[in-house]
Amino acid sequence: MNVLFFGITKDIVGSSEISFSDEFKPLNVAELKKQLIESYPEFSKLNSLAVAVNSEYADDSVPLIGNEEIAVIPPVSGG
Amino acid sequence: MKKVIEIVDVIDTAEVYTELSDAKSGDICVFVGAVREFTNNEEVVALEFETYKTMALKEMEKIADSALEKWSLNKVVMRHAVGEKGVEKPVVIVGASSAHRDACFEACRYLIDTLKETVPIWKKEKFKNKSVWISAHP
Repeated sequence: MNVLFFGITKDIVGSSEISFSDEFKPLNVAELKKQLIESYPEFSKLNSLAVAVNSEYADDSVPLIGNEEIAVIPPVSGG
Repeated sequence: MKKVIEIVDVIDTAEVYTELSDAKSGDICVFVGAVREFTNNEEVVALEFETYKTMALKEMEKIADSALEKWSLNKVVMRHAVGEKGVEKPVVIVGASSAHRDACFEACRYLIDTLKETVPIWKKEKFKNKSVWISAHP
């Protein structure tokens, strides 16, 4: 399972993409956020942390199978 | 074409009138966002924009569609720039045309306000000695 990172989350992780092995694969969006905050405590300091699944905002309850396009969306600041 | 939705390297502000004008529109309203030289008395060298393009285009489509539903509009333009932009350079342009001005004024405000809330685009302010991702931290 691959996860894409943008903006400040890309800087925190040090990469624009991370692979999760099957052993550590989160089962839903909430679990992904929890794992990220555990691995990168700086994530908890952000104003917000959203996740997109197949380029749509996804609630915490959305399940993750592994073949989706998953992206971490830090606070947006366009315009 | 009713909608123009784009993410581009450089915005040409002169294009928008042709894109929005048509025989049925008596009124055209356009908003342009540009790079400001100072933030809290600190001199900004440039802004750098990054996007999750496939999702950003989808979200911009949703905003344009909902504006077309809410108001009686003839045409809508939403265009955002990415990459590094110097002071005074345009970074975003949104606009709408309609028979009468209330619709395009209100729609234009809605287009830019909603873009800032939901579209996955990120802005880094570059100062002389540091750079900061905007809105990332409280």
